[in-house]
Amino acid sequence: MKEKMIMLGNEAIARGAYEAGVELSSAYPGTPSTEISEALCKYEDVYTEWAPNEKVAVEVAFGASVSGKRALACMKHVGLNVASDPLYTFAYTGVNGGAVIVVADDPGLASSQNEQDTRMVARSAHVPVLEPSDSQEAKDFTVLGFELSEKYDTPVILRTTTKLAHSQSVVELCERTLKPAVPYERNLRKYVMMPASAIGRHVFVEDRENRLAKDAETLSINRVEKGDNKIGFITSGIAYQYVKEVCPEASVLKLGLVNPLPKKLIEDFVSSVETCYVFEELEPVIEEQVKSWGLKVLGKELFTKQGEYSANLLKKVLYGKTDEVYKKVDVPNRPPILCPGCPHRSVFSVLKKLKIHAAGDIGCYTLGAVAPLDVIDTTVCMGASISTLHGMEKASGKEFIKNWVAVIGDSTFLHTGINSLIGAVYNKSTGTVIILDNRTTGMTGHQEHSATGKTLKGEETYAIDLAGLCKSVGVQRVLEIDAFDVETLEKEIKASVVGDELTVIIAKAPCALLKGQKFPNRCEIDQSTCKKCKMCLKIGCPAISMRDGVISIDETMCNGCGLCKNYCKFGAIGVVKR
Amino acid sequence: MSKNVMIVGVGGQGTLLTSRIIGKSALSEGYDVKISEVHGMAQRGGSVVTFVRYGEKVSEPVVEEGVADIIIAFERLEALRYSHFLKEGGVIVVNDARIDPMTVVTGAREYPEDIIENLKKTYSVYAIDGQALAKELGNSKVLNSVVLGYASRHLGLKKETVEETVKTTVPPKTIDLNLKAFNVGYDY
Repeated sequence: MKEKMIMLGNEAIARGAYEAGVELSSAYPGTPSTEISEALCKYEDVYTEWAPNEKVAVEVAFGASVSGKRALACMKHVGLNVASDPLYTFAYTGVNGGAVIVVADDPGLASSQNEQDTRMVARSAHVPVLEPSDSQEAKDFTVLGFELSEKYDTPVILRTTTKLAHSQSVVELCERTLKPAVPYERNLRKYVMMPASAIGRHVFVEDRENRLAKDAETLSINRVEKGDNKIGFITSGIAYQYVKEVCPEASVLKLGLVNPLPKKLIEDFVSSVETCYVFEELEPVIEEQVKSWGLKVLGKELFTKQGEYSANLLKKVLYGKTDEVYKKVDVPNRPPILCPGCPHRSVFSVLKKLKIHAAGDIGCYTLGAVAPLDVIDTTVCMGASISTLHGMEKASGKEFIKNWVAVIGDSTFLHTGINSLIGAVYNKSTGTVIILDNRTTGMTGHQEHSATGKTLKGEETYAIDLAGLCKSVGVQRVLEIDAFDVETLEKEIKASVVGDELTVIIAKAPCALLKGQKFPNRCEIDQSTCKKCKMCLKIGCPAISMRDGVISIDETMCNGCGLCKNYCKFGAIGVVKR
Repeated sequence: MSKNVMIVGVGGQGTLLTSRIIGKSALSEGYDVKISEVHGMAQRGGSVVTFVRYGEKVSEPVVEEGVADIIIAFERLEALRYSHFLKEGGVIVVNDARIDPMTVVTGAREYPEDIIENLKKTYSVYAIDGQALAKELGNSKVLNSVVLGYASRHLGLKKETVEETVKTTVPPKTIDLNLKAFNVGYDY
């Protein structure tokens, strides 16, 4: 009997890649895709790496594929935007060794800046898309992805969503099967996408999609589960599970390949049931195609384009009610917050004091936008903080940005922030950029990056010197300051924002959750000195709270960073040994 | 038998590990199992909920409003927040702890009074002071095992199965202490 395990969707994808004999994986961390690389790097015979961004990851996978080996690239949905440049043309070149690109969408926005649907990108790039419904399928479809990739000479997207990526279910394990490398042969018409070649490949791409659409009619992962002919569902991915939960008796067309679609299979299915629903999260990708064929189905007129679906959502539409017995209670919200001892809080407390606005970026520090810190005014995408500030200055002048800075994390800076900095230097910006250097990729759960000195596999490597990097692109004024040294930070930020040269301040202190740190101290409030002015509550540290008129610091949560001490005018807060 | 279990708490309290222990235990008793977790930004001190479902065949990985058999809450306010997920006759096992959310710290909202007493008016509530018991055992980190032990009689799984999973899941050095904590909770 095969070994059975419960695995995260992401772990199952890693297992699938391993079993399929993948030789290389390149990725940039991004919720909900991060754990694929973290699981895959544990298989010793697979080369795995963190790329500085998703564009690089896909290009690395392209190279591996051209050399004849099976390759994987992983990212979240917005990462595919960064990688779309290589993706669209990788679709033209096709592969040598099989290539699978895992893209994790985030309906419901568990940890993202938008709810875009990867299937839309895949359709316009003419790349096939597989969509699994549980961990077993996540593994199986990954293996199948490599097979289809080689059979049809195309990169294949494996699309997941948060609920699939971060749910665990039972998986049967198989052995790793290594495929012999496909020999490399120079092929100008296939791998050099200059116009003369690309014209021919565009013809190939269209033909390939037509062939695959035809073969999709009989592909086993596109299956009809025949049931009651009164009601039918066309569905895929995690949405399929909600259908099975609510209507186990209904007829279901479960699509494993969601691009291209099997037209005849769908036509036959629609005509076999009285009412046919298309049940798909986010955009009406399947629905619009099916309707364009003149078929009568119901979709987004009943089901939202927003958020995650659920069984209750389906029940409400079908039966007008859910299973809910008890009423929801109105309780205080508990939004995510910066951790106790977080160095970002220290920098933000200074910005708040100086009434400075921040053009923000993507990371834990986006939490600096909300109460009680309230310092971040804009967040768009990875690397945008520096370019946003630059655009403000060039359009509205120095006067506009004299109380503005850009804040960006170390990993985000290396992802795409560096490009923005080059643009700002080249075009003579005078703004202030603060790199929140916490020595890790924090929000996704502490991944190494090119300035930490460790690879994904934990090997020692060259650590890029951020200050040296900034200087090398032409920033004359680069300051490295301890993130908890609020006095120096205040002095230098004040001077920089009104100064006439571009300044990069690297605020350095490790993430409080990074392993291996010792916190020998904790902070304590002397109740006889405390005047209850609540200044310490304004820094938004979860370890400090006020109950029955008494302000105190939670012993177990506090790690003694001492930031609160700086903001107590009465000297009531002391740092004591644990 | 089938169970819909919710584990709720504050990001960083270890709800993920608890759900994995329950899920693995159910798997080793031969059930189909699905667990749904929360990763990423939501984990940073936010309200966190994970789901474990097991039975002959499980479809969706999520426990929805009106179907939860048991809610294991690591904090009082979180027990209250998710209480409406219970089905009729469902139970709440709650660790009697208070962690103020930022909305309370900033004074925007009040932390509700008498949560446990009020929950008892509607639901079967089992409350335990996990911190105090963990502290008695000399390590506040075994709070999760205490609460898991206390909740485990409602899970429809054999005590030995859950104990065995604890053994294989927690760091090797802490096995004895965690088992002790599990039993303190179980016997409470």
